[in-house]
Amino acid sequence: MRRLVTDTMIIAERNLIRLPRRPELLLAFTVQPVMFTLLFRYVFGGAIDTGGIPYVEYLIPGIVVQTIAFGGFVTALGLNDDVHKGLIDRFRSLPMARPAVLAGRTLADVATNALTIVVLVVTGVIVGFSFATGVLSVIAGFGLLLLIGYAFSWVFAFAGLVASTPESAQSVGFIVIFPLTFISSAFVPPATMPEPLRWFAGVNPFTIMVDAMRALWTGAPAHNDVWGAVAWVIGILVVFAPLAVARYRRATGG
Amino acid sequence: MRGLAKAFGDVRALGGVDLEVRTGTVLGLLGPNGAGKTTLVRVLATLLTPDSGTATVVGLDVVADAAALRHQIGLAGQYAAVDENLTGLENLTMVGRLYGASRSQAKVRGRELLERFDLVDSGGRVTSTYSGGMRRRLDLAAALVAKPPVLFLDEPTTGLDPRSRIGLWETIEGLVAEGTTVLLTTQYLDEADRLADSIAVIDHGQVIAQGTSDELKDRVGGERVEVSLEDAADAPAAIRALEPMAEGEVTSRDATVIVPVRSRRGVLVEAVKLLSASEVGIEDVNIRRPTLDDVFLSLTGHAAEEPPEAQEKVQAA
Repeated sequence: MRRLVTDTMIIAERNLIRLPRRPELLLAFTVQPVMFTLLFRYVFGGAIDTGGIPYVEYLIPGIVVQTIAFGGFVTALGLNDDVHKGLIDRFRSLPMARPAVLAGRTLADVATNALTIVVLVVTGVIVGFSFATGVLSVIAGFGLLLLIGYAFSWVFAFAGLVASTPESAQSVGFIVIFPLTFISSAFVPPATMPEPLRWFAGVNPFTIMVDAMRALWTGAPAHNDVWGAVAWVIGILVVFAPLAVARYRRATGG
Repeated sequence: MRGLAKAFGDVRALGGVDLEVRTGTVLGLLGPNGAGKTTLVRVLATLLTPDSGTATVVGLDVVADAAALRHQIGLAGQYAAVDENLTGLENLTMVGRLYGASRSQAKVRGRELLERFDLVDSGGRVTSTYSGGMRRRLDLAAALVAKPPVLFLDEPTTGLDPRSRIGLWETIEGLVAEGTTVLLTTQYLDEADRLADSIAVIDHGQVIAQGTSDELKDRVGGERVEVSLEDAADAPAAIRALEPMAEGEVTSRDATVIVPVRSRRGVLVEAVKLLSASEVGIEDVNIRRPTLDDVFLSLTGHAAEEPPEAQEKVQAA
């Protein structure tokens, strides 16, 4: 167990040292979410009726969940690269704790996700967002976001180990997760969608996570969504972490 | 190792391999792409579980004692497995810490290795700026971080320029002199010839011959006289002229005629006499022992560096 913690920290450190040396990734964490926030706020925002609440109040909790769900894509890219470059072979030949390569990778994502959240929230506040709840709720919101990001990192870890190329690892994310985040309450109220999409948005875990964030940050009615969101996140972790670790044990280079 | 077998779906990568390596020696696994060399190394380095058979390294079973065994082995692969976004020193320090050393111990050891592998000046640069040879040296250094008694080198010089190759060979020889046991895979005959104390020739997942370089060459036959003709058109005449002195069949390839002989004594003079009597122009005559190329050709019926027949590195499905 001590080995697992030490090795995980070593791998997390490795991934964080790398980051500033990959400016294109750093941009993906910072500039890209800012760009989307501004586009939605000023391009689409005026045309979307959110029933009395200013759109910026509606948008920020949604876009922050969407962005954080994608935060783990570097894990998919990085692990896929490690497999092909033979680095996973090296790690697997070392006397280190087996899950540490994945645990360290996903732990590093938590740090980058935290950076993304701060950038996004600051941008949000500049364009008119304000928290309407107490300090504890706001902090709980940050915590929930980090948890959501962590769970999705494991999904991306699995995708990165399964995919044959970094490109296909990334496209799995975009083909599966992108539509999921849009057919939810993240950007527009589902009530405006056609019936089948509205039904889907209602059961979509993203709707539950976004509604939970709205409850925690803007005081919108929660309908148990906060606990529902936590349950979903834990569910995703419980399924994908063991899947990814099992896959890692069998991973082969080349 | 005893009866090691491993299949990937329908592809039988290893079909019952028996091998032994004495401590402090180099075993060269020689074979073309797809022969099963890499699979064998991956099984021994605990990266793959064999379907059947057993193997022990320094007395530890590769399956049952895998965790303990990983402390005793170093692996340097075909793909120089270093993190391109870390510096040379950061790479070595990371590996050292993953072997269980403290950060400062790992750094000291990392600096030592950088010095040994002539990478001190570039130790602070990210490895994406390294040349191919530098990366291989760093990869080998990473395999040596924990001073393992057993080293697996999977085609360590594939793709390197001649100067880097020779440099790496000297390094490997140095390690062996210090008592390291090395299992080396290669598709280069000169590499096996130079580094390996004992050679196992592998083809289609099976060991088809084993012995020292000399023993293998003896199996193909003794000495041969090689005559380079001035004109390739004279080859049939030369073959006819040389037949009386030959121990077996005289063959020719382009302008070169090869004559198997019983011993070296007097054969050069005799060959020249016979050829000048039949008025065949000679460019060069020499006696040589068979090369590992000849060995490979006679053992497998095909040359050593043929294009791959089966993809060696199948993803474990």
